[in-house]
Amino acid sequence: MMDQPSIVELVEAVRNFLEERALPELKGHTKFHARVAANALGIVARELTEGPAAFAREAARLRALTLGDGTAAELNRLLCGMIRDGRIALDDPRLVAHLEATARDKIAIDQPGYAEPRTAQP
Amino acid sequence: MTADFIPSLSKALARAWPDFGQITDAVRLSGGASQETWAIDAEVAGTAERLILRRAPGGHSSPTAVPLATEAVVIETVREAGAKVPRVRYVLKGEDGAGQGYVMDRLEGETIARKILREAEFASIRPRLAAACGQELARIHKVRTQSLSAVLTTVDGPTQLARYRAIYDSYDHPDPVFEMAFRWLEPRLKPPAQITLVHGDFRHGNLLISPEGLEAVLDWELTHLGDPLEDLGWICTRSWRFGVTARPVGGFGELSELLRAYADHGGRAFTIEDVKPWIVYGSLKWGVMCMTMYQGFRSDGSVERATIGRRASETQWDLVRMILNGEL
Repeated sequence: MMDQPSIVELVEAVRNFLEERALPELKGHTKFHARVAANALGIVARELTEGPAAFAREAARLRALTLGDGTAAELNRLLCGMIRDGRIALDDPRLVAHLEATARDKIAIDQPGYAEPRTAQP
Repeated sequence: MTADFIPSLSKALARAWPDFGQITDAVRLSGGASQETWAIDAEVAGTAERLILRRAPGGHSSPTAVPLATEAVVIETVREAGAKVPRVRYVLKGEDGAGQGYVMDRLEGETIARKILREAEFASIRPRLAAACGQELARIHKVRTQSLSAVLTTVDGPTQLARYRAIYDSYDHPDPVFEMAFRWLEPRLKPPAQITLVHGDFRHGNLLISPEGLEAVLDWELTHLGDPLEDLGWICTRSWRFGVTARPVGGFGELSELLRAYADHGGRAFTIEDVKPWIVYGSLKWGVMCMTMYQGFRSDGSVERATIGRRASETQWDLVRMILNGEL
């Protein structure tokens, strides 16, 4: 058992430091890259929090789709081969559901908000 | 970045332009390791001139880019055909000793999508930009290709798809959405009905826009001969809508407006169905390019490239919406 803070709290602490303390004192390319770094830590924090459940759901769907057993990475590779060879139809409802759910879980970690349509400017 | 080429450039411009005075300022704008873009201020015939220098110091450019001298030839060819591009003022010669490159006019305008899509000064021009893009692409695609076929290669849709499949395969990190997209596109991204000049990177960042309208089409380094649908699809690719997904053309307009203006100015009468596979291809191509960014990060450690690697998931989301949910 590690001591406190948790790993998520540590990442958030570094992110807050970058955004609130470091960024205002930086300029030009370094400021831009510091903002990018803070965004990267946002991805880390969300993956730490939401990743385990999302990856478990993905693995369960992969087992059902491929009827294989192995690691999620092995089953994912198996599914990719099935799609490439046409052994599973692109409109197979289970495949469609898997691709939609996986894409939704991944974008929620990498860029929450990307999936929600923003209003068009007048 | 040092501007150690300034003395050689000054001498070259003095030889070429009888009225040339001096270079008063040089600021590096952007560019990769092999290619540079500089804003140059010069005094010519006693007046201040605003110029751009595109330059490859070592004479090398990236393997996919055309040589800078070719870029200059294409820009001048499309300008003579009436397209909106900056005027090329001087092409560097070997004996100038300033590397490969060319000098062109520096025009006024904005290229940053966030500003064009959200700032008030562009509000009145936004509804007219899709038609402006259609008109401009029609002009570019009408350019006679005979004189250009000696310097440009032909790269059609099926060739590009195979090329990106090979790049994707080489990374050995398979993704089921990308697999689905390749399989969906293979029968749909057809050989072109006609071969035209293609800009190759017609999207925000390369479109100079002012509150008066589209001023110029910039950055011709990916130009080639190919399918005109490539340019019409790339400006509609979802990642280049910058959040305004409901407006397919660059986040500012409707595809029907783009296609109507394109046909009205002498382009072919394409339908939305003709363009859709190219919009889908745009997302797949950008997705594979994100994977390439990760490879770049592995060699240079750039935090920017690392996070662009994680933008692959945005293209997977878009591919699912377009292919499986029938969205545009």
